Amino acid sequence: AAMMAAGPLLLLLLLLGAAGPGLGAAGPGSGSGSGSGAALREELLLRPLPAGDVAAAFQFRTRWDADLRRGAVSHYRLFPKALGQLVAAQGVRELHLALTQGFWRTQSWGQPPLGAPAGAELWVWFQDSVPDVDKAWKELSNVLSGIFCASLNFIDSTNTVTPTASFKPLGLANGTDHRLLRYAVLPREVVCTENLTPWKKLLPCGSKAGLAVLLKAERLFHSSYHSQAVHIRPICRDASCLAVSWELRQTLTVVFDSFTSGQGKKDWSLFKMFSRTLTDACPLASESKVYVDISPKNKEKELLEVTPTPTSVHEAVVQGDKRTYAVYDLLSPSLFNSSRSLNVQLKWKRPQDSQELSTPVLHAQRYVSGYGLQTGEISTLIHNTHPYRAFPVILLETVPWYLRLYVHTLTIITKGKENKPSYIHYQPAQDRKRPHLLEMLIQLPANSVTKVTIQFERALLKWTEYTPDPNHGFYVSPSVLSALVPSVIAMKDVDVEESPLFASLFPSSDGSSYFVRLYTEPLLVNLPTPDFSMPYNVICLTCTVVAVCYGSFYNLLTRTFHVEEPSRGGLAKRLANVIRKFRGVPPL
Amino acid sequence: LPQGTDVYVGKHRSALLRAGRGLAALRARLQQLTQVIALPATSIAAALADRVPDGQLGPDARRHLKSSLGYEITFSLLNPDPKSHDVDWDIEGAVGRYVQPVLDKLSVVANFSVDSQILYYAVLGVTPRFDKESSSFLLSAHSLPHVINPVEARLGSSAASLYPVLNFLLYVPERSHSPLYIQDKDGAPVPTNAFHSPRWGGIMIYNVEAPASPQASLPLHVDVDMVRVMEVFLAQLRLLFGISREELPPEFQVESPGNEGLADWELDRLLWAHTVENIATVATTLTSLAQLLDQISNIVIKDDVASEVYHAVASVQDAMAELAEGRLRSAFQASKEAVTSSERAFFDPSLLHLLYFPDDQKFAIYIPLFLPMAVPILLSLAKILREARQRKKEPSKID
Repeated sequence: AAMMAAGPLLLLLLLLGAAGPGLGAAGPGSGSGSGSGAALREELLLRPLPAGDVAAAFQFRTRWDADLRRGAVSHYRLFPKALGQLVAAQGVRELHLALTQGFWRTQSWGQPPLGAPAGAELWVWFQDSVPDVDKAWKELSNVLSGIFCASLNFIDSTNTVTPTASFKPLGLANGTDHRLLRYAVLPREVVCTENLTPWKKLLPCGSKAGLAVLLKAERLFHSSYHSQAVHIRPICRDASCLAVSWELRQTLTVVFDSFTSGQGKKDWSLFKMFSRTLTDACPLASESKVYVDISPKNKEKELLEVTPTPTSVHEAVVQGDKRTYAVYDLLSPSLFNSSRSLNVQLKWKRPQDSQELSTPVLHAQRYVSGYGLQTGEISTLIHNTHPYRAFPVILLETVPWYLRLYVHTLTIITKGKENKPSYIHYQPAQDRKRPHLLEMLIQLPANSVTKVTIQFERALLKWTEYTPDPNHGFYVSPSVLSALVPSVIAMKDVDVEESPLFASLFPSSDGSSYFVRLYTEPLLVNLPTPDFSMPYNVICLTCTVVAVCYGSFYNLLTRTFHVEEPSRGGLAKRLANVIRKFRGVPPL
Repeated sequence: LPQGTDVYVGKHRSALLRAGRGLAALRARLQQLTQVIALPATSIAAALADRVPDGQLGPDARRHLKSSLGYEITFSLLNPDPKSHDVDWDIEGAVGRYVQPVLDKLSVVANFSVDSQILYYAVLGVTPRFDKESSSFLLSAHSLPHVINPVEARLGSSAASLYPVLNFLLYVPERSHSPLYIQDKDGAPVPTNAFHSPRWGGIMIYNVEAPASPQASLPLHVDVDMVRVMEVFLAQLRLLFGISREELPPEFQVESPGNEGLADWELDRLLWAHTVENIATVATTLTSLAQLLDQISNIVIKDDVASEVYHAVASVQDAMAELAEGRLRSAFQASKEAVTSSERAFFDPSLLHLLYFPDDQKFAIYIPLFLPMAVPILLSLAKILREARQRKKEPSKID
């Protein structure tokens, strides 16, 4: 049942929806393409985190001035042919695929540059000319599973949902019919080198030149968090937005842990993180930059020193915070004058004992409670740490069909009082066909904790539906929180093409708030598991009982007796007689 | 007819013969002509090559592409050194001008789709060696089989269709390995600097002249001469399909087919070979299906599978009848339908033989139950037989 209300809902949906076209009206195209209107930009952002870890985020943006409608284009230059043909053949308008290993700790690390849930996430907007969206979705997930060597072919109707409010198109869109959107998460999916290699193959320079030389698997997977993503969307070609270009963004975020990779010192360098240094920019790239976040904390002097000297310093407001970046432009000739390789080193000027963790404005946790194998309760805690502003958040929960939710037990409590959501969309599950879908728009008061709880009952599966390791448990996909968070500092209407990285993937309509999408932890739930050795036990027992019983009865009934003459006896009898003679006992 | 030419073969199934030396000479010339134009027995044997066991045919037997409903042609430009060479090719124009007319003519045979891509940092699998006399780099003939392997991983296959792919690669060697020539078996450089691999595609090496002044700014802009490149690729396409011309007898001259790429009678030969191959494929498929049915006695054949099989058999008979009458186009259509039906019938998911219990598995399940019960019965049966035999031997003991 969907209960709509005016006010915050309309405002939020309008902002999330209408900001799409507004996004594209950016400044003129960045740099010169390598002929025929294709351009590649590569960026790397290094951000030191509290507690000595460092986050590195790569972004490779290929922009192609062509129209990928069905069958229109077949000649590719920078854009990879595999993805271009797939988008054209299946009528895809937008495609977002993320493969993540690990969990981004929002409370201690702040907002992620681009969040992604643990496992594999795929969400796609199709063109409205597609006749059968489900068939196209199935073919698309199978082909992507082949391209990226990931088990995306397990995406089927039992883990696909059609959200109505949480996922709006991030590229150009005219009209948003939710029947064209599909969203699926595979929380059990593991990411490894096999998935990194085809991802690197899609880059025009491969991993031979530019920033991609740093992407070596043995260092990248030795980390606390690894996320690689592919985003394809249509954007405006220029400010007048008369023609459409296609943008392929490949992002990779990795967090290096100071304990596992450092020797106790908290100094970082490119060589220490990736065991490689940069030697040149990709010859096909129109822009190739490394950004290092040297923002001072608490408005004091900088504590972070970077060597060699950066080519420039850039200030921007990113995700509501004023940040200062030291920029290394790999295309400027002065960078490689002194040495042939660039090894950016970050050194702390003072020890970081007094590290004030700035908690992010919005963060959330989710957990399962209850006892036994019959019932349980899912609880989500959403924290709003803004001192005086309240804002709404859309919560999307996808629960598999074998955890039967009781919607009448859904309670939302803020500061001890009940909080009624202004919009609820609930789609109940169908056994073995569809999962539960629950979407709510919840207003979070300032400086509060909201607890959303719902009770469920565990179902008994058929014995062929269990995985080979059923006692590991069954995963529940992470829930998604989408919100326009008010920023503490007013943001200028920055030229989105010029700002580094991730501020330009999400819409930002005005300077007072920024869009955040957070994912909670996946849950692991034990289902009642039968004893799988029973069929073997039954066969053994039945056959033994039948054999013994039947055999004995048959023998009793059909045995014939006849007289036997006493024989001289075998060897044992003779030996026994000998011993008896010695003892003086009569023989047998 | 010009001097020295006795036979002139046109491009539309007609030929001009110079007569005048008597009937016997004329007959000999006519025989030679039919050898050139019509489908010889070797072509038929080559079409059936996949079904004949090894050893009976020469090494040239498996050269031509297998008959299929469609083909995908991919042109790839390999640039291993984008820092030195900024290569650009007008592939859209070249495909429209040179390749599309040939594909239009071949559209009777199959559906074609063309695409292209540019791959950077794609290196050949073999390091060429430097030859001091010609001051150039050489790839010897025996290292050619190893050239393609590492590149093939990057070429990719189409996400949209299941047709076989023909790859045509244009390789621009690195500045440090320029100029690069391919050597044939005798050691002389190949004039077109290209080679093809049967049933896969072809590769051509495009050398870029070194810049006039050593201080020229890198990267050098290179505009590929598409005429030269397309000549080679179209010739390789003809070789791959088997439309090439064998040795012509002396005094024969064949008219050049112009922009269309192949003459009508060459197309007829191709259609004929493909028809024969299709018929053979259908025969093999249906025979395998029958063998599968023999193996598993309780397999269930659905109605639509059965109707596909009937349709395939009817189409094959049609195709053979049309071939016997000489109507090539309809025979080819019938054989294509036959192949489609038989493939659909054979690859139906319900025919998977693992779905049905083989007999030995049934034995394995029932033996632990019946064997212990059967042992006392068998023993007592043996005892009865023994007693009966004893009684027969001593009839006088019965009271």
